[in-house]
Amino acid sequence: MAQVLVVTSGKGGVGKTTSTAALGAALAQEGEKVVVIDFDVGLRNLDLVMGAERRVVFDLINVINGVAKLTQALIRDKRIENLSLLPASQTRDKDALTEEGIAKVIAELRTKFDWIICDSPAGIERGATLAMRHADAAIIVTNPEVSSVRDSDRIIGLLDSKTVKAERGERVAKHLLITRYHPSRAARGEMLSIEDVLEILSTPLLGIIPESEEVLRASNMGSPVTLSSPLSAPGRAYFDASRRLRGNDIPIQIPSETRGIFNRLFGRKAA
Amino acid sequence: MSSVVRQRQSLMFRARSYMAFAVMPRPPIMEWLADLDASLERSKGFFAGYPVALDLSAVSLSPNAIAQLIANLEERHIRVLGIEGLDPKDAAGLPPILRNGRDSHAVEVAPRPGAEFAPADPKLQTSSLLIEHPVRSGQTVVFTEGDVTVLGSVGSGAEIVAGGSIHIYGTLRGRAMAGAVGNARARIFCHRVEAELLAIDSYYKTADDIEDSLRLKPVQAWLEGGTLKLSAMN
Repeated sequence: MAQVLVVTSGKGGVGKTTSTAALGAALAQEGEKVVVIDFDVGLRNLDLVMGAERRVVFDLINVINGVAKLTQALIRDKRIENLSLLPASQTRDKDALTEEGIAKVIAELRTKFDWIICDSPAGIERGATLAMRHADAAIIVTNPEVSSVRDSDRIIGLLDSKTVKAERGERVAKHLLITRYHPSRAARGEMLSIEDVLEILSTPLLGIIPESEEVLRASNMGSPVTLSSPLSAPGRAYFDASRRLRGNDIPIQIPSETRGIFNRLFGRKAA
Repeated sequence: MSSVVRQRQSLMFRARSYMAFAVMPRPPIMEWLADLDASLERSKGFFAGYPVALDLSAVSLSPNAIAQLIANLEERHIRVLGIEGLDPKDAAGLPPILRNGRDSHAVEVAPRPGAEFAPADPKLQTSSLLIEHPVRSGQTVVFTEGDVTVLGSVGSGAEIVAGGSIHIYGTLRGRAMAGAVGNARARIFCHRVEAELLAIDSYYKTADDIEDSLRLKPVQAWLEGGTLKLSAMN
């Protein structure tokens, strides 16, 4: 049965789009049929991170308005056959999204894919609430710092009240993904610890993605990190998270600083 | 001859909002009064001491009939403070017209069917509200009829307003306002305090005023001689 996931956070810049692309590519590499949808109408980014920006013809709004068929708007990834993208419109705004239109698109996607991953815009307004509307499960992306954690808490409240599942009296499954985790800064107490974040949000942990230049490089290259460097620390962390999503029981490791031989020899003196 | 020219002082008026019951009669009035009597029989003194607003939007009565209705309510110790839902030109000699009333009871937390929130019928209400999940940032729980118990944490930016006491079996990071309808005997108990604001009957303390030694401790708050006191429990 198809699973509709929303990747959400409230706060901007915490890594929703990066995580959507990385998890989508990881699930697809494991043989699942995946579509990633950009809900950030007016400020689309997912096409860039997926490296598909030069192939966008139709978008989500065109499908909702009946200008294009869903199959015409879906862009199939060149590297992984079973990964598709439904881009957002850059020229419109969130008011162009209609609830019925989205319900129809999601229902049709459910018949074609195993995983439907909705990349939510930041904020708690229309775009974000429509992105979470039909979700079976949510991935809440949080950075280990207070403003991001409080915004995530707010979003969790909305997931429990504004989704179709919540209105039916059911619960949207929730997974917490901590991104941009910096082992050395955490050790110095400059970030919230993992325990603090879990205590505040009381939501099960899906994974911890270490802060890494690898992620930035991958985004700039237009390739999800799980595709361009699957063996890097963030690449492996995203793969682990995707396996947990598929129901595998994989213990969570808190990333620690991996030091090279020089750091190990001279690290203490330098510090 | 000297004359003292006295400067007239400018008068200051303050707007103030209060909690009042809104009573909404439905036709036929005599039957409605009989139903009211039956309810009052079961919980005597329910309205005693409380201001009551009369909402006439469901009925159309002549000014005489309205005066009669108010007298009938008066006999039942229900004192009408003002009237809602009436054209001001029909209100001569009657209590003042009220406008812009906001419904209380509006409990925003997860409006799920069959949820644990206040039942609609006031006479069947228990005087406590139990919330079995965390209260998230941005959510407000308002329960003026009695105590609120939360089995979980109250997030930063969340708000609990209770007519009675507040009990939180988790960390309180948001705001807790107990005794919100003027109950100085209400208290706040929480398992771990990291609150943004604690208030009882309009006396309050912000996070800045809470001693550092109490942070993250189990704490109770109560009113004593017009000040909000805090102490660690055990």
